Amino acid sequence: MPSSTAARAGLLLCLAALLLFPLVGERFYVQLLTKIMIFGIFAASLDLLVGFTGLVSLGHAAFFGIGAYTLVMMSPRYEAVSLWTSLPAALLLAAAAALVIGALALRTSGVYFIMATLAFAQMIYSLAADSDLLGGSDGVYIYAKPDAAILGWRPFDLEKPLQLYYAVLGGLILTLGFLAIVLRSLFGRVVVGVRENEHRMRALGFPVFRYKLASFVVAGALAALAGYLRAAQVGAANPEVLGWHNSGDVLIMAILGGMGTLVGPVLGAFALVVLQELFAGWTKHWLLLQGGFIILAVLLFPEGLVGALARLRRRPAAAERAARA
Amino acid sequence: MPEPLLVVEELTKRFGGLTAVAGVSLAASMGEIHAVIGPNGAGKTTLVNLLSGDLAPSAGRINLGGADIAGLAADRVARLGVGRSYQKTNIFRGFTAFENCRLAAQARLPSSMRFLRPASARADLDAAARAALAAAALDHRAGVVAAALSHGEQRQLEIAMTLATRPRLLLLDEPLAGMGAEESARMVGLLARLREAHAILLVEHDMDAVFSLADRLTVMVNGRVLESGTPERIRASAAVQEAYLGAEETALA
Repeated sequence: MPSSTAARAGLLLCLAALLLFPLVGERFYVQLLTKIMIFGIFAASLDLLVGFTGLVSLGHAAFFGIGAYTLVMMSPRYEAVSLWTSLPAALLLAAAAALVIGALALRTSGVYFIMATLAFAQMIYSLAADSDLLGGSDGVYIYAKPDAAILGWRPFDLEKPLQLYYAVLGGLILTLGFLAIVLRSLFGRVVVGVRENEHRMRALGFPVFRYKLASFVVAGALAALAGYLRAAQVGAANPEVLGWHNSGDVLIMAILGGMGTLVGPVLGAFALVVLQELFAGWTKHWLLLQGGFIILAVLLFPEGLVGALARLRRRPAAAERAARA
Repeated sequence: MPEPLLVVEELTKRFGGLTAVAGVSLAASMGEIHAVIGPNGAGKTTLVNLLSGDLAPSAGRINLGGADIAGLAADRVARLGVGRSYQKTNIFRGFTAFENCRLAAQARLPSSMRFLRPASARADLDAAARAALAAAALDHRAGVVAAALSHGEQRQLEIAMTLATRPRLLLLDEPLAGMGAEESARMVGLLARLREAHAILLVEHDMDAVFSLADRLTVMVNGRVLESGTPERIRASAAVQEAYLGAEETALA
């Protein structure tokens, strides 16, 4: 959590910019920012695992994809599905999947945990790609975005890009707020302890496995929120959202932005998506440029973009605090 | 003599062909320091690892206050009232001394699956952490990041964290390792104070400290108990003189 006044002011400024941007920005950029915020939620959810619990997962797209597929599968062919049934269903389904995958994968650690999460995610990927029911490799399209109506009253309409933008912004704020609360709780102290010294936690009497699993489940459910919103935005889900490219991208976002911080992953999502757009506009070899940039960024800012910003203010202590909060 | 809190019978640990601990029996009572000594490789640390649940025994029984704890996982053993310190300092280096102890005190709660209420509202944890730091004479360094503490202070912190979990039995693996004379004296004073409210199993190489602290001694050689009894008896034992001191000289040579 940002502790200094400068960090808080910066955060408020960003929030104000996000709130006001649609009033001046072109539609294309509004949609791009919507995508960025969705991936911000995704990266923040992964950072609960990687940055705060010390669990590096290369299969986080599985839960993002489960969120996306839940929406498209629950949507009737030419009608909208209710937001208030499909979204909780997406979160619950992803949480349940995370409970099962986590219970198995968390029996390993380190590199083996990375491989186990990757393997599970690839299994789900093949399941979607090979299943006719799930649309095979083409995926599933929806013709109407989820309907937010409650008993005839519709607080917002996701068909309108502007309102979708604000709904996603709301989702991002809720996600970060929720994570901030969780990280300050007794549970939050335990997961950070596990990251710092798992062996000692066990010796003190903490049943470490249980807490890692809980962290895995919470992270999975939040990733499903991102996947759900992304499927709502593009009106489709296909196996790509479950693939290891997506898992890798989100991991890069978290690392690039700053692991173990709340806003870092969101910054990372912003940087990576903007760079993709920029480089892809220049050359079809944009992946090469992107790779070069990531290598450079990791070399120059080992603590991520957030760490670099903190150093810019010559307040390294603040970054340290943020990482510990 | 009080009923022993810890009773170990015929405890054995085999690693493949090597028997690191072979049929060890010993007991520890509240208010008593039971020291385990022996040359390097005698199996002392393996014994501690078996008692703390870090390793599962191949055979034998470990009875703690009437319950069999052999083979239980380390966190279960800890929650039953067994606190341990490590030969090699094992702390949360990035946390302050206070935060280290606060987390240790939290281990005592029935569950930490509390996601929404701020942990800072738990003043009882803060108080327990401060009390543990005070008991280990480290309260004046509460706000210092553990990595910045001196070696001796880190060893004290290790003990303070163990105390914060409010154990009945303390397993201390070479608490004096690498300490200077002054730090050693302070630690010996601390251990003597802890004896009152705990049963202590102390593994230590510093013979002056061992003989000034221990109520009972067990001498281990090659995984076996060579001799067990009061300090006077151990001092007078010809077998100990020969095997233990002889082996030590060879090790030093």
